[in-house]
Amino acid sequence: MRPVYMISGGITKFAKVHPDKDFRVMVKEAYDYALRDVPRFSNTMIDGAVGSYFSDHFTRQLKAASMVQDYLGLCPKPSKRIEGGGATGGLCFQSAWEAVASGRMNCCVAFGFETMSRVNTWKGNEFIALASDTNFDFPVGGFYSGYYAMMVQRHMHEFGTTVEQMAMVSVKNHANALYNPYAQKAKRLTIKQVRESPMVATPLTMEDICTMSDGAAVCVLASEEVARKVCDRPVKITGVGSGSDAMRMADRPHGKVILLPHEQERDYAHLRYPGVHSFRGGRMAAKLAYQMAGIRKPGEELSFVELHDAYTSSEIQTYEDLGLCRYGEGGGFVESGIPFMPGVDYGLELPKQGRLPVNPSGGLLACGHPVGATGLMQAVFAFWQLQGTIGKHLGNDTLQVKNAKRGLIHSHAGTGTYITVSILEAM
Amino acid sequence: MEPKGTVVLSVDPLIIHDHYEIDYRHSYAEDSPFFIGLSKGRLLGSRCTACRYTFATPRSHCMECGAPTAWHELPLTGRVHTYTTCHYGGEAFLKETPFTLILVEFDGADTLFLSRLKGVEPGGLRIGLPVVARFAKTPSFKVTDVWFEPADPHHPTTRCTQASNGYPPRA
Ligand SMILES: [Zn+2]
Repeated sequence: MRPVYMISGGITKFAKVHPDKDFRVMVKEAYDYALRDVPRFSNTMIDGAVGSYFSDHFTRQLKAASMVQDYLGLCPKPSKRIEGGGATGGLCFQSAWEAVASGRMNCCVAFGFETMSRVNTWKGNEFIALASDTNFDFPVGGFYSGYYAMMVQRHMHEFGTTVEQMAMVSVKNHANALYNPYAQKAKRLTIKQVRESPMVATPLTMEDICTMSDGAAVCVLASEEVARKVCDRPVKITGVGSGSDAMRMADRPHGKVILLPHEQERDYAHLRYPGVHSFRGGRMAAKLAYQMAGIRKPGEELSFVELHDAYTSSEIQTYEDLGLCRYGEGGGFVESGIPFMPGVDYGLELPKQGRLPVNPSGGLLACGHPVGATGLMQAVFAFWQLQGTIGKHLGNDTLQVKNAKRGLIHSHAGTGTYITVSILEAM
Repeated sequence: MEPKGTVVLSVDPLIIHDHYEIDYRHSYAEDSPFFIGLSKGRLLGSRCTACRYTFATPRSHCMECGAPTAWHELPLTGRVHTYTTCHYGGEAFLKETPFTLILVEFDGADTLFLSRLKGVEPGGLRIGLPVVARFAKTPSFKVTDVWFEPADPHHPTTRCTQASNGYPPRA
């Protein structure tokens, strides 16, 4: 394997609906933005592409990635489509990394998109729920918010996590997005407003759950040689990891915790793991990515994290999977203020505000979740953070993490069935 | 009924109504006995013939060791492992809201089973609640032919012997 660098990225504004643009034009916008950002780069340097979108149902067009490939003028270069539920974007990013790391390509474009607005929200929820076992799970009341609600209900039972702690995640991510013009749903909220918004699946309210979106994102990955030639501030991808778990939540085992380097077996003597309260695939992904990047104490060695907060609850669960705190401490972690941005007023008492910002972009909760684009969007935000160019790309530098050295991006599918973790580092 | 002709929703950009429908011949294949079992008031899990791991949601090969499993009749009583009440849902289930989903744990099984909980009083829902399986009189050959209701804790056939917050150890 050889080193792989991210040399550019682009995003379309995520929106409820973009009826005036189809998915090809959305990707084209993000692609052109990425190419404009590296003037010494030319599309003749691109060896191939990987496309990601989640649902043929939403797109109502099979082989849609081929239509993007030709629209971008990338034919007859190699291309393929990656699909892996909510983790589609993260898997696409890692697939492009593989193409360059293996030496097969010197430059690979990862593009992702989703157009979820073509059906009503509840039909959309039904499509997403088809990513659960259609014999045993879907017919019972296929609804992802219901599945995640059951998972966090068990998390609350095991660890004492509270709905107010979950609401703090919503307050944080929606407020961060006030400074991110790409976000779909920026707003100032209070814990009370989150709890008083309509109940969707107990204990999750509307403000605990991300929205459906139309959007696209593009990442350009390259070898060291290409990166040095065209990019002033390339970002190195120093670790990739991924993991999986049983499709049916009911099938998840109750065994031992997969330990990270800074943990010991006695920390979890009485915890049956992962059950339905934790994401074993996320822990596996983190373990592998940390191993490759040489990270031993993630809580101290990362500058920021962009993680898959489709639900406020899954952000809390993911703090633990990533080892930012121990299993069971996720609720206390958000309460401490550690994952909030420094210098932003959230209207909350946060003793350790800003030690390790999580979802400075606003995450899925506020940016939106156009599935195939989401994991790539996280990579683009992380790239800009590590370049120190947030101010240039977002028009203000409120969300710029000072001296950002090392960032983590985390993409997650179907109640934890596929999860990716990638580590990016400033040069 | 579908309207004749094309329904135009907007002209700039041009947006039309586009209907899509499909019928499948869906085989339950190796899981067929489970669905037949529901029509006879039986709840079938599966047990590994090699390592004895017991699946409350059946599968014909063991996820732990890969050996074939045998059908294993589950008790008709269990406990709520976790729950949620859905006030919204996928379009197919919207008209059924609010409904309650539970994962059921059974004595002697290593994994869980997803089902609906009916007939629970407001505020009566909790982790560890003893529940009993009920079956549709007229089967639809779907997993919804079984659902659960709160069990009478004093009734001898529904007595709960396991501590409610610990998932049972491997059988
Ligand atoms: Zn076995």
